[in-house]
Amino acid sequence: MKIKQISVFIENMSGRLYDVTDLLGKNNINIRALSLADTSDFGILRLIVNEPEKAYDLLKSHEFTVGRTDVIAVEVPDVPGGLSGVLKVLGDSNVNVEYMYAFVEMSGDCAVMIFRFDETDKAVEVLNKAGFTTLKGEKIYGL
Amino acid sequence: MIWNDEFETLPSEALEALQLKRLKNIVEKVYATVPFYKSKFKEFGVTPDDIKSLADLKKLPFTTKQDLRDNYPFGMFAVPKEQVVRIHASSGTTGKPTVVGYTKRDIGHWAEIMARTFSAAGIKKGDVLQNAYGYGLFTGGLGAHYGAELIGASVIPISGGNSKKQIMIMNDFGTTAVSCTPSYALNLYEVAQEEGINLKDLPVKVGVFGAEPWTDKMRREIENKWNIDALDIYGLSEVTGPGVAFECLEEKNGLHVNEDHFIVEVIDPDTGEVKPYGEEGELVFTTITKEAIPIIRYRTRDISRILKQPCVCGRTFARIEKVTGRTDDMLIIRGVNVFPSQIESIIMETKGTLPHYQLIVDRVNNLDTLEIWIEVAEEFFSDEIKVLQEFAKTLEKNFKDIIGITAKVKLVEPKTLERSAGKAQRVIDKRKK
Repeated sequence: MKIKQISVFIENMSGRLYDVTDLLGKNNINIRALSLADTSDFGILRLIVNEPEKAYDLLKSHEFTVGRTDVIAVEVPDVPGGLSGVLKVLGDSNVNVEYMYAFVEMSGDCAVMIFRFDETDKAVEVLNKAGFTTLKGEKIYGL
Repeated sequence: MIWNDEFETLPSEALEALQLKRLKNIVEKVYATVPFYKSKFKEFGVTPDDIKSLADLKKLPFTTKQDLRDNYPFGMFAVPKEQVVRIHASSGTTGKPTVVGYTKRDIGHWAEIMARTFSAAGIKKGDVLQNAYGYGLFTGGLGAHYGAELIGASVIPISGGNSKKQIMIMNDFGTTAVSCTPSYALNLYEVAQEEGINLKDLPVKVGVFGAEPWTDKMRREIENKWNIDALDIYGLSEVTGPGVAFECLEEKNGLHVNEDHFIVEVIDPDTGEVKPYGEEGELVFTTITKEAIPIIRYRTRDISRILKQPCVCGRTFARIEKVTGRTDDMLIIRGVNVFPSQIESIIMETKGTLPHYQLIVDRVNNLDTLEIWIEVAEEFFSDEIKVLQEFAKTLEKNFKDIIGITAKVKLVEPKTLERSAGKAQRVIDKRKK
């Protein structure tokens, strides 16, 4: 149940985030979730969009450095301790979280978190075994 | 393939005898016809009669780029202007360009040495040579053109730039050989990729690259990306243009100097003393067949050494080691001598590939600073910050360990650094006011 995340290299310059979002917007690509990791010189913008392949080609053709990564979208019970429950299962199985960020929309009663693992397959297995739902790409892109 | 068996394989005694005869002749000629040489020789207390052996060459004064500028435009010409059939000029980044002229015979010799160069790269009649050196005042384009035509190759005089068209023509015309600057070869690879063309699928088998210093690592990168043999060529307009020295396909190690037309020396750039064979120093050339602008002991600023060992290709001409730096490219950063080529090697070694980069040298609070800007290509981009930071840190550590200076690596977006169809601008020195 992997989903495609697009990552974009951007220098810390005013207007660069705008350039990316403006380009996607003008081409009818909807951003479903995003996170920005930054250092003093540069940042990496990670995006979940409704049309990952189109977004990838589009950004590439506009001379951005773009990457594609498999990430996992997990339904997290929207109650106190919901996220720690997920993390506990992962920790117990020694699965490392590289980074994570939250999805804006709910999936039914659950919040949705995007996770990037170093061992993606193992993570999916552990989560599913513990009864957590990992969402399919089609569902996430359209949420 | 040897183009001119008679001269390219001359035994050394015969070659030296020929050089001496031609040297005496040229020294007499410049003394008689170029006021600059006459007064310079007098100043040094030498006359043409003092040249009795090749070793006497070192008695003669050097000629520098400044001398050519001072005699702008035609003061160095040794023939009446009506005998000059071509005039080229070098790109003067500061002030006036340096002007060089050619008689009909000079043009013939130039074509001959370029024919030798292309032959040594295995290019022959029937080959399609895409010549992407710039045509115009720059000697690269026309110099290569005449040599390739003399061989009988089909020349595409596309000149530099217009990379998409270059790729289209390469694909459609069945180009088998290319000539351009090495940095442009890498640029073309990028463009081909964007156009969805794999250069490895094309019939191109060899490239003759020059006009800027490049490293063996860069050679391997070009060879792998294009699946061709990449050969180095050396020349400078003051000493004719491209074709002064060339690599052979057999060795790819050192460039054979066309010694029947040029005498090469290596000197200590500080003292002017001639260095023994094998030692590193500044290349100095004397032209011994040129008519329009013969040049005596021209200081090239290029750093190399002379290799006298015989070559498997059978040519008897001495070789010069691949030029990887220039005395005036050398950066002195906090007292440490740094050649851009060293930095390039370190980037290549760290990453296994050569991204576009630029060195920014500045002075902050009286302290020299070096920043290395590197474009983040998709090959080594990552969605994880730590991977990119690790790359920058490793590079900084390698610079410190190998060169001994602290540099800051800055990762920048693609196409941020200036691209050129001609020479890559690798260094921006903001200390120069």
